[in-house]
Amino acid sequence: MSDLAVLRRLAGLAAPLRGRFALATLLGVGTLAASIGLMASSGLLISWASLQPPLLDLMVAITAVRALGISRAVLRYLERLASHDAALRLLGRVRARVVARVEALAPAGLEGWRRGDLVSRLVDDVESLQTVYVRALAPPLVALGAIAVALAIVVPLDPRAGAVLAAGLLGGGAAVSLLALRLGRAAGRRLAQARGSLATAVDDVLGGAGELLLYDRVEDHLARVDAADAVLADLQRREAWRAGLIAGASAALTGVTVVAVAAVAVPAVTAGTLPGVFLAVVVLTALAAFEAITPLPQAAQQLSDALGAARRVFAVLDAPDPVADPAEPRPRPEGRVLALEGATLRYDGADAPALVDVDLTVRRGERVALLGPSGAGKTTVAEALTRLRPLASGRATLDGVDLSALAGDDVREVVGLVEQQPHLFATTLRENLRLADREATDADLHAVLARVRLDRWVAGLPDGLDTEVGPGGEQVSGGQRQRLALARQLLRDPPLLLLDEPTADVDRVTAAALRRELLDAAAGRGVLLITHEAPGPGEVDRVVTLDGGRVVAEADGAQPSAAARGLAGEERAAPATQ
Amino acid sequence: MTATPVPVTGRRRGPPVDPRLLRLARSARAFLALTVALGLVTAVTVIAQAELLATVVAGAFADGRDLAALTTPLLALLAVVAVRALIAWGTEVAAHRSAAGVRGELRRRLLRKVVADGPVARSGDQRGALAVSATRGLEALDTYFSRYLPQLALAVLVPILAIAWIWPRDLLTVGLLAVTLPVIPLFMALIGKMANRHVNRQWHALRQLGGHFVDVLSGLTTLKAVGAARRQRERVEHITDRFRASTMRTLRVAFLSAGWLELMAMIGTAMVAVGIGLRLVEGTLDLQTGLAILILVPEVYLPVRNLGQQFHAAREGMESAAELLDVLEADDQGAAAEPFAAPAPTRVAGGDAIRCQAVAFAYPGRAEGALHGLDLTIAPGERLALIGPTGAGKSTLLALLLGFAAPDEGAITVPAGPRGAPTPLTDLDLSAWRAGIAWVPQRPHLMAGSLADNVRLARPDATQDEVAAAGSRAGLDGLVAELPQGWATDVGEDGGRLSVGQRRRVALARAWLREATLVLLDEPTAGLDPASEAHVVAAVGALARDRTVVTVTHRLALAERADRVAVVADGRVAQSGPPEALARREGPYRAIAQADPEALRGLGWVT
Repeated sequence: MSDLAVLRRLAGLAAPLRGRFALATLLGVGTLAASIGLMASSGLLISWASLQPPLLDLMVAITAVRALGISRAVLRYLERLASHDAALRLLGRVRARVVARVEALAPAGLEGWRRGDLVSRLVDDVESLQTVYVRALAPPLVALGAIAVALAIVVPLDPRAGAVLAAGLLGGGAAVSLLALRLGRAAGRRLAQARGSLATAVDDVLGGAGELLLYDRVEDHLARVDAADAVLADLQRREAWRAGLIAGASAALTGVTVVAVAAVAVPAVTAGTLPGVFLAVVVLTALAAFEAITPLPQAAQQLSDALGAARRVFAVLDAPDPVADPAEPRPRPEGRVLALEGATLRYDGADAPALVDVDLTVRRGERVALLGPSGAGKTTVAEALTRLRPLASGRATLDGVDLSALAGDDVREVVGLVEQQPHLFATTLRENLRLADREATDADLHAVLARVRLDRWVAGLPDGLDTEVGPGGEQVSGGQRQRLALARQLLRDPPLLLLDEPTADVDRVTAAALRRELLDAAAGRGVLLITHEAPGPGEVDRVVTLDGGRVVAEADGAQPSAAARGLAGEERAAPATQ
Repeated sequence: MTATPVPVTGRRRGPPVDPRLLRLARSARAFLALTVALGLVTAVTVIAQAELLATVVAGAFADGRDLAALTTPLLALLAVVAVRALIAWGTEVAAHRSAAGVRGELRRRLLRKVVADGPVARSGDQRGALAVSATRGLEALDTYFSRYLPQLALAVLVPILAIAWIWPRDLLTVGLLAVTLPVIPLFMALIGKMANRHVNRQWHALRQLGGHFVDVLSGLTTLKAVGAARRQRERVEHITDRFRASTMRTLRVAFLSAGWLELMAMIGTAMVAVGIGLRLVEGTLDLQTGLAILILVPEVYLPVRNLGQQFHAAREGMESAAELLDVLEADDQGAAAEPFAAPAPTRVAGGDAIRCQAVAFAYPGRAEGALHGLDLTIAPGERLALIGPTGAGKSTLLALLLGFAAPDEGAITVPAGPRGAPTPLTDLDLSAWRAGIAWVPQRPHLMAGSLADNVRLARPDATQDEVAAAGSRAGLDGLVAELPQGWATDVGEDGGRLSVGQRRRVALARAWLREATLVLLDEPTAGLDPASEAHVVAAVGALARDRTVVTVTHRLALAERADRVAVVADGRVAQSGPPEALARREGPYRAIAQADPEALRGLGWVT
């Protein structure tokens, strides 16, 4: 996307707020106009006064000076309010758009974005979009308006001085902006790299303090930090030279233009084409007009950052739907049997398929374990079975109906997924549970909590259901998180349940106990338990072993270890004793 | 409005120039002197510019002089412009130099302090926050030096010099300035104080709002799984809009202080202009002086106006610096005592048992202790397994054995000195003590650099053959063969490209490179799938031969192979003995072996 196209889309995004942005811009022009007018009218007042006219003649000028002084302050205040209001409104719109988009994309459409990365980057980018108007787009527009006002004062008085001023303001303003834009872009990448190296070196000392102490290597790693700092400081020194260059150029531009305006206007006074009483007006207007140019270099740099952010946000908004609901979805099945039939699935851009010709059936009332090492494709199976990820070939069916003929929300109504890392929201336990069922009463909540064996824990919390679980649910342990996530699904009462590695985040001893209790809580439903550790004998009815995206073994639940033997390579070869 | 929320701190606003910064770095003192000098020159040029412009205008208008007669002041004006441009450039360059100096010095001292305090003194999150302050936060100091300090100098110097210049020429203007100028900071402070409360509350709200957005984005798959995703769209827009309304209420107050400043500056300028006009009519003032004062007055208010703006821009850097200075000034936090001046005794090689006697320890800043009177003896050559729930104090014990922190009560002693007397670890030459230890933490830290460099961390002078041999023994051969450049492959920031199992094998290779007699293993198999686990178990088994080994584990298979198991619960040893004996007896170990949920809950294990 070209810069201009990005700008046009940004404008489109802000279109309903056009009036507010226009108002903020007008107020900005008004502010500068008042301050130019203040200097111009003061100059006129003083020059005129020196001719010692009757005091009454000066009253208009005196009133103008006072009014302009007050109005500048008032206009500036209003302008700040108007622009912030518009920016915040824009932020709300963009956030809602992004959430709507990511909702459709997650999780399959977000491949290649590491999860934490995506969120923090997207949030930063959206934040910087809100300032694109105030910091980057408004200053040049306001500057143009203010320049027009200054020229409207000077040109009628002395066209030649007006021409000089126009050249200085327009040409000079454009020149310093372009200079800032170019210099900023050139060094950006190398600076980012140097910052990265420094952060890594600092992290090695802070995060690896134990290792460095143990191996007595503190000094040479401190020296590494200094070396990385030296590289960064050197780049920044060059940056500072450039920033100095821009600052110096701006100061010189102002001074030289004012001198040039005076040098043109003085002969006009001598020649009588410019009444002397207006000379101060011309010179002081020129001096005041440069306030409009001052913010331009910074605005140019902000613009180049904001365009990058906008591109990344648009990339998310434009990403295609990974799974589209059919135009006329079939009615929601009851949920007796969930199956994969010859399912093959390939991630975007991946060489090898994630699943190859997988057959798998889970019936209501049956407990099936899907066993396999990390990377075997287990989570992919769960996503395919909940219509979060499309198949390349083969079928995923619910009661014999192809999932692609059903609405995604209907599928997930019948097939309850408990993710490997279920998210807990920064709110109370009650609200986290009620996400699944808006109508649930506290009695309902206590009932499901008892089924997942959290009743005693909640009863022991001073705030009970009102306990805040903190951002990302940091206040709860890995096991509690899984139990809460299962409780959420139990509130929805789906006939089929997928548990994705519920014991991955807890220690081994806890894992065995947690697995048993989760399976007990899910009794009576069809359960697919995804795990990398073979369940105990009799815990499940069947074990299906997946490796490299293929089903490599199936075994009866009474002897789960038989299924584990199907795993290729490493595990079998690895010695079991010391 | 800034896009990144300014951190809300309860910190009292300190003096405009933190004296601690000046004490810290000579470059900062030199820069401050230079700033004052440049400020003085700037003030002089501001006055000269006003005077020269007035000369030109008054000369042409009142005295009828032509361009030729005004060449001198015009050329002088150009010279003044050149000086101002040079100062603008010089300020940036000088500011960067001193900021870089302060930054480097502050960071060096901080890192030294953090390492000296030991890895136990701060949690991973705290270290992460310090890392951000020590890099990005300190970079914001540039703004403090290049914008805020020079502006501060100008805000003081320009009004003083300007008033001194106006004084003999027009006392009435001086009076006006003398009234309006001090009123500006006074009222700003008053309104600012009022607004600050609002603003802090508001930043908090804004952060919550941003937090909500992050929360929804991070949890969208979960929301989809429970069928609640669609509702969130409207919620985000609704919540954002509600916060916008309350933000605007706050901003109306917050902007008042800047608005007030602006108003005073503008009214001041207007009043001066009108006053001069009236005195010109009376004939008590001449045009040139009047014009000069008129041009000068806005320049007097300008730096005061800019200062407020720069203060906010500089705040982040100042706060980061203050945060690091606070850390530097804080007392040593539970740090192991440095070896004293007298040569500290070293451990008797292959000597007697390591004894922990009534060891108690609490992490700094946490009320609840991690160890409460732990007694344990580790015999030479023994293979001891520590088993117990998360948070029972197992890793803490390893940290104390490594000398990363000293027990609050009780002592860990080893035989040392010529007679092999039991000596507290804290009295030993710690680096000599550590030289005999091999340690595999749960998540070993990998340094930026190649795989070989990472193994060589344990012994910098090791040859490539020795590194390769250690790697083989730790089970790294397969990984080395897979990596594009073998041993020379860069493992990325903190070993980002390696799995946990691979990282532990790198740590094991480090252990092989040292001639260690004591091996400390912290949950070597946690979070590994069966294949990687088997690899790590095999490598650990080989290392354990002929050494004293302490293994923290949740894995019964590992515990069963130990000579002795100690069950740690609630900061104490709850049960200890050979695993076969413990398995036969009623007690915590048997509960663990049977993974009985109710019995485990009783141990505080399953939650």
